[in-house]
Amino acid sequence: MPEVLDRDDLGRALRRIAHEIAERNHGTADLVLLGIPRRGVPLAQRIATVLEEIEGPKPPVGALDISMYRDDIASRPTPTMHGSSVPVDVTDRTVVLVDDVLFTGRTIRAALDAINGFGRPAAVQLAVLVDRGHRQFPIRADFVGKNLPTSGIEEVVVAVEEVDGVDSVRVEVAESPSGLEP
Amino acid sequence: MSLLTIEGMDAAEISRLLDLADGFVEVLDRPVPKVPALQGRTIGMLFYEASTRTRMSFERAAKALSADTMSFTPSGSSVSKGESLKDTALTVGSMGPDLFVVRHGSTGAPWRVAEWTGLPVINAGDGAHQHPTQALLDCLTLRQHFGSIDGLRVAIVGDIRHSRVARSTAQAFAAMGASVTFVAPATLLPFDVGGWPVETTSDFDGLIAELDVVYMLRIQQERGGGDVFPSIGEYVNRFGLTRRRADRLPAHTMVLHPGPMNRGVEIDPAVADGPRSLVTKQVANGVAVRMAVLFDQLSGTGSR
Amino acid sequence: MIILKGGTVFGADQTLADVAVDGGRVVEIGTVAAGPDDRVIDCSGAWVGPGLVDVHVHLREPGQEWKEDIASGSRSAAAGGFTTVVAMPNTEPAVDSGQMARYVHDRGVEAGVVRVVPSGTISLERAGRKLSHIDDLWAAGVRIFTDDGDSVADAGLLRRAMEYIAELGGIVAQHAEDSGLAGRGHMHEGAISSRLGMIGLPSMAETIIVERDIRLVELTGCRYHVQHVSARATIEVIRRAKAAGLPVTAEVAPHHLAFTDRLVESMNPVAKMYPPLRSDEDVAALRVGLADGTIDCVATDHAPHSAHEKDVPFEEAPRGVIGLETAAAAINTSCALPIADFFDRMAVRPGQLLGLETGPLVVGSPGDVTVFDPAANWTPETFVSKSANSPWIGHELTGRVRSTIYGGQVSFQLGEDGQ
Repeated sequence: MPEVLDRDDLGRALRRIAHEIAERNHGTADLVLLGIPRRGVPLAQRIATVLEEIEGPKPPVGALDISMYRDDIASRPTPTMHGSSVPVDVTDRTVVLVDDVLFTGRTIRAALDAINGFGRPAAVQLAVLVDRGHRQFPIRADFVGKNLPTSGIEEVVVAVEEVDGVDSVRVEVAESPSGLEP
Repeated sequence: MSLLTIEGMDAAEISRLLDLADGFVEVLDRPVPKVPALQGRTIGMLFYEASTRTRMSFERAAKALSADTMSFTPSGSSVSKGESLKDTALTVGSMGPDLFVVRHGSTGAPWRVAEWTGLPVINAGDGAHQHPTQALLDCLTLRQHFGSIDGLRVAIVGDIRHSRVARSTAQAFAAMGASVTFVAPATLLPFDVGGWPVETTSDFDGLIAELDVVYMLRIQQERGGGDVFPSIGEYVNRFGLTRRRADRLPAHTMVLHPGPMNRGVEIDPAVADGPRSLVTKQVANGVAVRMAVLFDQLSGTGSR
Repeated sequence: MIILKGGTVFGADQTLADVAVDGGRVVEIGTVAAGPDDRVIDCSGAWVGPGLVDVHVHLREPGQEWKEDIASGSRSAAAGGFTTVVAMPNTEPAVDSGQMARYVHDRGVEAGVVRVVPSGTISLERAGRKLSHIDDLWAAGVRIFTDDGDSVADAGLLRRAMEYIAELGGIVAQHAEDSGLAGRGHMHEGAISSRLGMIGLPSMAETIIVERDIRLVELTGCRYHVQHVSARATIEVIRRAKAAGLPVTAEVAPHHLAFTDRLVESMNPVAKMYPPLRSDEDVAALRVGLADGTIDCVATDHAPHSAHEKDVPFEEAPRGVIGLETAAAAINTSCALPIADFFDRMAVRPGQLLGLETGPLVVGSPGDVTVFDPAANWTPETFVSKSANSPWIGHELTGRVRSTIYGGQVSFQLGEDGQ
């Protein structure tokens, strides 16, 4: 199945996202990046590294586990908890949520709830590597690496080196059509 | 579906629940230590025995998962009017709980509640039989402290015969690879421990220099633990974790106790509050373990 | 005339024959031609023998009629093939006087489907302190004296009872259980009680009382009957006493021959009775003891409890199970005794304890006859008894009582009245 983004494309997309974040927020002061496990966390790290290169001090990066906030807890197998690590009090900071794929929006809805457990941010923004459409909630991304219109029978497979040993984004035909985010 | 006993649980299953509990340890450490995971779920708590820590621990766990609780205690309730356990279980059951947490002075009562109501039941202690969440929190405490339970040398000391904690915790420790020795006079050992994964001895002092973990138990007067040794003084002399005895423990050895403690009987206050003590850690871990167990029972399509 | 046609008859020898019962007696054995007014009962494939006798049942009347009464217990007995039962005296009030014994007897006659023989207590109010009204009880037909439900703990009291009852020719029956050793035990003391954390009731609690009592038998010469033997060591004690020529007899309950303490792992109170279900070794020894005659007879210890009393945690449940309707089948399933031994242990010898004319069927025998099909398979689900606390519910049994004839009348016929 076709590779949509290769290693270099992926790097460029993240770099662009970092620039957009810096531009929108007039720098990196008071920013905190929270990746959504598993692949959102290394993506957040890389964006922070780029921000450090272009803007100075590296913003704090953490992980936000949303498994306890999902709205489908009752209907899926018991989820694995990845654990949150939020390095700073998010109150009055701007949180940038980072995830690999934006699909139905349910994960992000859960993440917005989860953030409340750690304080009251001044603002929450969303950065995703791929937006594949099919939203089920009034949610949109502030920073998008690649818009990738897909059909219901397709699946967007993101691999990142830190987790999968390779960087790539591919579109595959799903074995069973998914109505939910991966 | 229910969690009634540690018997038959292998290391993989215990570890799975401990991993889940690790996640809740982190949740409990958050500025807002509460998640909506079990929102809309209701837990019926039937506590037929006096209990402070277990009952509060389950309450805390349920609330940290945003579940509602309905609590039942015998005093001032229909039990004093002669209502049977079965009628109470069916009555509370018809108010729509998703699960029962049952503590009862008689062996097997949680099994019967499960049978009568058809709902999942977590055994919060039945007679001198089982107390699975205690066993899991003890495992979590050892795993946190030592990294692994495998290979640890553990002595469980005191009134084993009347202890559901000993019965469940020893099985869990052994399943996780620890070598467990029961230390007690013959009158406080179960009649027949043949086939249990434990050694037995009445020589505490002979063992003390070889231990990684000392797990002290209370004398359970209320379960028939009276009149089974000549006097408290003589008992303390042979089986109490006195300061003198604690000084002979290896430097790394840790002390556990399921509570409530009889300070000055089975454990010296200085040891209970000293650097070797994991007692408060056990209590804290109790909440995380019970969150894990409640979540495991009520989330998802079930893993078992 | 009732003609029991084509069964294997436990008589002078065991042969296929018809048995005719008329006017309360067996009138003919052989090939019997049926007349137009005769009731013919097909007995092909079944055993035909003397009516079964149970020397140990709890009919709960007076005092606990919600569990059972003498009429319902009588019908339950008939359904189990019994024509005589001995009612235990631990009613409320206890049968410690002639008047109480006559009440039990008369209620049995009213019910009219089984001979209800009252037993009387050893001690007044079954309290273990003073002798009961032994002479009055004897005059009212009591032959077996027992404080069943409790052991007679005071050896001095038991000695006086034995001395007194020996003169009359009566039997002292003992529920053997040392209260100190039994403690608050709920089940057999062993690996399973240890694992379940339940207080154990050691076998020795029984054996030690029987050993003590046999010293008193030596002293007094009184006939002594050990109720519901459960432990291997007790059988050894009885065997030695019999070898020494002492007038000692013993009974065993069907559940002790069928189940071990593993049944308690179900946590279901139908596994709760005293003495408790014991180990594999004990069960094996009991079966040997019954087969070789060391144990004289089977007695059910039929102990009805209503559902609400048993629908509680095990340790809170009352002790006892019903047994009348399953006894013959259970014994056949557990022990597979040949026909002669089956009727010997279930009818002849327990009848002899009471002084009844039980024996192999011959012309002139009483018209108490039981027809038992040793090959029929069935699974107990419902009962004639008011109570259903049976450990055999859902367990397949081999052997079934087809007909019971009491005093020359059909008191039970399988397949009739919804049976």
